[in-house]
Amino acid sequence: MNNFRKNKLIDHGFKIMGMLFTFLGILILIILIYNIVRVGYTRINWTFLTSLPSRKPESAGIYTAIIGTLDLMLLTVLFAIPVGVGAGIYLEEYAKKSRLSSLLEINISNLAGVPSIIYGLLGLGIFVRFFNFGGSILSGSLTLSLLILPIIIVATREAIKAVPHSLKEASFALGASKWQTIKDVVLPSSFGGILTGIILSLSRAIGETAPLIVVGAMAYVPFVPQSIFDTFSVLPMQIFNWTTRPQQGFAIAASGAIIVLLLITFIMNGIAVYFRNRWQKKLQ
Amino acid sequence: MKYKEKLIEISLKFCASITIFTTIGIIAVLLFESISFFREVSIFEFLTDTQWTPLFTEKHFGILALVSGTFLTAAIAIAVALPIGLSIAIYLNMYAPKSFRKTLKPFLEILAAIPTVVYGFFALTIVTPFLQTIYPDLETFNSLSAGVVMGIMIIPFISSLSEDALYAVPKSLKLAAFGMGSTRFQTAFKVMVPAASSGIIVSVILAISRAIGETMIVAIAAGQQPQFTLDPTVPVQTITSYIVQVSSGDAPQGSLEYKTIFAAGLTLFLFTFTLNSISFWIKKKYQEKYE
Repeated sequence: MNNFRKNKLIDHGFKIMGMLFTFLGILILIILIYNIVRVGYTRINWTFLTSLPSRKPESAGIYTAIIGTLDLMLLTVLFAIPVGVGAGIYLEEYAKKSRLSSLLEINISNLAGVPSIIYGLLGLGIFVRFFNFGGSILSGSLTLSLLILPIIIVATREAIKAVPHSLKEASFALGASKWQTIKDVVLPSSFGGILTGIILSLSRAIGETAPLIVVGAMAYVPFVPQSIFDTFSVLPMQIFNWTTRPQQGFAIAASGAIIVLLLITFIMNGIAVYFRNRWQKKLQ
Repeated sequence: MKYKEKLIEISLKFCASITIFTTIGIIAVLLFESISFFREVSIFEFLTDTQWTPLFTEKHFGILALVSGTFLTAAIAIAVALPIGLSIAIYLNMYAPKSFRKTLKPFLEILAAIPTVVYGFFALTIVTPFLQTIYPDLETFNSLSAGVVMGIMIIPFISSLSEDALYAVPKSLKLAAFGMGSTRFQTAFKVMVPAASSGIIVSVILAISRAIGETMIVAIAAGQQPQFTLDPTVPVQTITSYIVQVSSGDAPQGSLEYKTIFAAGLTLFLFTFTLNSISFWIKKKYQEKYE
């Protein structure tokens, strides 16, 4: 009987501990957001969003950082989506079970685990130096494209895998070729899943700082980039720079910029979750 | 028609092969600059010296000073994330009501979506001052605060992947344990965790690899002083934050400082590559077990 009660007690104790830990994780999230909003909300206004960076924290804004982030994401989308989705289609629909396809598979899973700063070194060696693009938007977006490629490929494959076989066979039976089947049947019905993966990968790319520092993103860019060969700054880079300054005013500006970055990240994640739920319902 | 189909297949194949070129590119860039680095610095010094001062007049190239900082912060992170993450996984799998599990999991996953530069800011401006109220001797830059915050960041990795592993264990095992009169705690630790051990180990290895490669949190909160130390209260430098420090400055191409970041990067790549390969191997080997 004694043993029974002891076991009951341990069981109950662990239940409470597990619950506490789960809420601890959420509590930390709340503390983080609360502290940043409490300090940073004073800076959230139109002037902050449309001012150039400055040596004086009170007048410093995030205009160039926002434009830089937008430019960088636009180019990254252009490079990464066709290649990532294309690679996903190839691996799922064309590649036969061979040495090459298993090599591709191991390789992609390994690339997904390579630290982002190593991608920065790759970009520095190949795009910045070898192709001589310099520390430009072009180098930055090519580097980020390679970084998010594994995420898009994996998401595309999962989405294509979920398409029922019967749909494809019906298309073949109607005399459609392989590419017609992919284009008109497989891609439309896996669209939701692919889109979810793309949005999640972009939300990851928007928050990346380390590879862009290595590639040569600047902390202080007092002008809006005019071409893809111009130097640039991005939101996380601006936050990093302000964080490393000793003046309190820059910590407040950093909090303001973090609010903007978190909003973008959360909205993108929200949209992704929405699309995923809708798509999963549709598939069933 | 036939011609067009073939052309599409070839261009799709080209897309897939870009991933191979990426890997080749990474290895080639790291090796190329590292080889030229090791022409000037002996590998013996690189591996045995305990000082790392390439930016000073009296130069030392002992990677151990950076490796110790890297593993110290990663160890603190795992010490935080493993017990918490695993407890959460077991709680969600064995104890929590279904509706609870469905609502809580996305919230926890938000922790993994927050950009790391935000975590760095959090560590420096909130966690370090808080820890200083408990332990006043803690320096402004230290590995403790950076490690703890990094641990918070990787909690959802361990909890999500471990929960998936627990979920994959056949129901019959769980029910058999309950049928023998086990409590949930006994079932969890004597049946479920051992049965899901390969998945849990994979999640921990991936978390370690992630912690070793994490950059912004340590670059902001852990300092920039390479030290061969295990003291969590003093500033350290990791491999990643050294690369950030040099990149933020202006190291001219071809200079020795420029090459050091590639040698440091190669070291980091070897660590994460080894860890990722081990986890891939475990996953492949034990995957068939319940299928």
